[in-house]
Amino acid sequence: MLEIKNLTKRFGGNAAVNDVSTVIERGKINAIIGPNGAGKTTFFNLIGGVIKPTSGSMTFEGLDIVPLRTDQVACLGVARTFQTTTLFDMATVLDNLIVGHRLRTRSGLWDVLTGSKRLMQDERVCREKARAALDFVGLAHLENRIAGDITQEERKRVAFALALATEPKLVLLDEPAGGVNPEETVGLAALIRKMVAHGLTVCLIEHKMDMIMSLADKILVLNYGEKIAEGTPAEVRANPAVIDAYLGSEHDEIPA
Amino acid sequence: MMFLRLFEGRLGWGLLLLAGLLFPLIVGNDYHLTVMSTAYIFAIATLGLNLITGYTGQFNLAHSGFMALGAYTLGILTVDHQVPFWIAFALSGVVTVALGLPLGWVSLRLRGHYFSIFTLCVGYILFLVIEKWEGLTHGTVGIIGIPAPAAIGPLTFDTPLKLYYLVLAFLVLGVWVMRRIVNSLMGRTFMAIRNGDELAQALGINLMRNKLVAFLLSVLYAGWSGALYAGFVRFLGPDLASAAHSFDMTMYMLVGGLGTLLGPLLGALMVPWLTQYMQFLQEYRFLIFGPLLILLVIFMPHGIVGSWLGWRARRQSVAAKPVAPTVTAAKPEVRRA
Amino acid sequence: MDVFLQQLLNGLTLGGIYSLVALGLTLVYGILHVPNFAHGAFYMVGAFVALKLMAVWGFNYWLAMLGAAALVAVIAALSERLVFHPLRHASGLHPMIAAIGLLLFLEAGAQALWGADFQRMNTPYTGIVMFAGVTAPVQRLLIIAGAFTLMLVLHLFLTRTVTGSTIVAMAQNRDGASLVGIDANRVAMLTFAISGVLAAVAATLYAPINLVYPAMGNLVITKAFVIIILGGMGSVPGAIVGGLIIGFAESFGAFYLSTDYKDIIAFVLLVVILSLRPQGLFTQGAR
Repeated sequence: MLEIKNLTKRFGGNAAVNDVSTVIERGKINAIIGPNGAGKTTFFNLIGGVIKPTSGSMTFEGLDIVPLRTDQVACLGVARTFQTTTLFDMATVLDNLIVGHRLRTRSGLWDVLTGSKRLMQDERVCREKARAALDFVGLAHLENRIAGDITQEERKRVAFALALATEPKLVLLDEPAGGVNPEETVGLAALIRKMVAHGLTVCLIEHKMDMIMSLADKILVLNYGEKIAEGTPAEVRANPAVIDAYLGSEHDEIPA
Repeated sequence: MMFLRLFEGRLGWGLLLLAGLLFPLIVGNDYHLTVMSTAYIFAIATLGLNLITGYTGQFNLAHSGFMALGAYTLGILTVDHQVPFWIAFALSGVVTVALGLPLGWVSLRLRGHYFSIFTLCVGYILFLVIEKWEGLTHGTVGIIGIPAPAAIGPLTFDTPLKLYYLVLAFLVLGVWVMRRIVNSLMGRTFMAIRNGDELAQALGINLMRNKLVAFLLSVLYAGWSGALYAGFVRFLGPDLASAAHSFDMTMYMLVGGLGTLLGPLLGALMVPWLTQYMQFLQEYRFLIFGPLLILLVIFMPHGIVGSWLGWRARRQSVAAKPVAPTVTAAKPEVRRA
Repeated sequence: MDVFLQQLLNGLTLGGIYSLVALGLTLVYGILHVPNFAHGAFYMVGAFVALKLMAVWGFNYWLAMLGAAALVAVIAALSERLVFHPLRHASGLHPMIAAIGLLLFLEAGAQALWGADFQRMNTPYTGIVMFAGVTAPVQRLLIIAGAFTLMLVLHLFLTRTVTGSTIVAMAQNRDGASLVGIDANRVAMLTFAISGVLAAVAATLYAPINLVYPAMGNLVITKAFVIIILGGMGSVPGAIVGGLIIGFAESFGAFYLSTDYKDIIAFVLLVVILSLRPQGLFTQGAR
């Protein structure tokens, strides 16, 4: 689905990501792990078009996405969550999600000024999609709750819902279980499985090893910006280079 | 529940309109009418600023420069070139947007502080150009003898009372359009941008295009309010472009509540009246307003209206009927950790 | 050639002043990540205090400068405590608005205390030195000497003392610094105080060949912002080099292009450079 070849990003003399090649496989749960500073978020930033690669190629469903802006990549069907999600704390949870579907709508300034039917319809659709996404993540009961009042785990789910409202094909999750306790982590993992079961492809960055090992179909291991291993959880777990990279740095439950 | 809220909104605005219509009957004299009319004019400009700053999160410090642009366009066209008032009025909108386009395009590529600093400089350039380009703008002497708004059909605008209603009509129109914008998907898009450029982009929002639309709409409001100002006060000086007016409008927005619709409006109406009643303060108003601004920003960053809206929303959400939770995370809700 | 040297001298004078002001601004920005719009007010208050100390209390020029620097340092530190410290976690518009509130307050206060008129500051250094065909008023030479000496002192302070390196460390990474046990609050106040000193000294140096009035800081501060954007927010060498560049651009521009529009030069430079490089001249990566 997403083919990455020889992707490199240099900042000055440093290569934050160095000659990484991988394939994000359709319908699977792909994970990216690695010690702090390994270049994982930079990797997501490259895919998402936030920064441009120094060299290498990225092809999403046959399309070259390297020259694209972030919003264009999103329109193609790549959604993303961030380590911290800023919500409009003064509005309701549902209100926060309505803009998620905006990118699939066509109405513009003229529609707004004239109050056209197209605008009415777009707004209705956005609201429905927002509700559906909220329901999918299991928070339909929080529809009218003020966004500032929900728990951290609920915030993470709302971030998922926001990404889902964009009707993506691929969802990039950056530390979806950050700051969440073990019980809640299990719940979020189940949600991720549910997303894949419904036809999405997921790629996540995480530090929580037990979550990754039980959840991921395929793992990419980065260290110092380079790919040091790739494969199923079993393969990766046994890989001496991976064990080496993690020796001397704690790998469980570290917030980035 | 939703229906009730809508009704309350419309009713609230309706009441405000009624108050505006009845105002001249309550107030004795022309002086107060003039004060209110001027407040209305700056309220229109503030509504514009609120769109780019309050809703879209870009703090534009050149706003008063654009207001002056509109004012001077009208002044120059009517006084130096005998262009009919309403044509000049329309043109002042055109000129402001025409200049806003390249300026906006250049400045909106900057993020956060850079944008504000840049617009501060742009505002200063506008002020300097107006002051120095005597051939066009009459320099520090300013433009005098600007005609009052011309008659539209049978309606003439030759008394303070009629001018008051004219300005009120524009304000109502301005509010109505702005309300349409901020309550729509477009308004939500602006707010998403305010929440964070990265997240907005990840949601497929084209930053540049949307910021530019917000910017151009805001300068259109500024330009037309400037033109109204010129026709109302009937003389102009470079001071209109000074940053002090931008600061005033920032004050109004903050007092009322950034990023709400009612807030900046209320602020723009209340604050000038407060200054009126503290006449001696006129020149030294910032001696009080300065610290007030600081205190507001620290203790009441959402302004009066913002805080009230937040309080009301909380009450409504508590009163809302909870829908049965779908079972995925099968555990009781934990209060915010 | 004489004319050229003359403009060179003027450029150095202006550049020295701009650099001092920009230095204070850039240090504060590096620590707080908020543009201190009130910095121009610090500048202005410095000039007024020095003026009053000389005119009313009979201080001599240098003592007045010292007094002004001390007072503005206190005001600056207080501003940090009362205005910026409570807002240190707020982002976006609010710290900027607070800075503006502070600016407005100080300007209004100056006007209330000392009037809105333009005032003159007299100095004992009215002599003129002639060399190489250039007319060099002693005051200008003093400005150059004073400005660059102060910059040297600052540089030594920042690089050779513990407190100084702390400031630099914090400017680069505030959170990291506090993890290592550096008291971020004290450093913030100190940095503000230093910026106040720089502003007050610059103002007092420049005032005798200019006028003193409540709005005098506005133009200088906008140019200082241009300088730190061009030179890099938080960069000390950037502020110095940027100040000199703008100083020279203005002197030569005023003479060879137009005196009326000379103030625009700095802004036009900013517009041009930011249009081509939205992240400034010296910043690397995303800002």
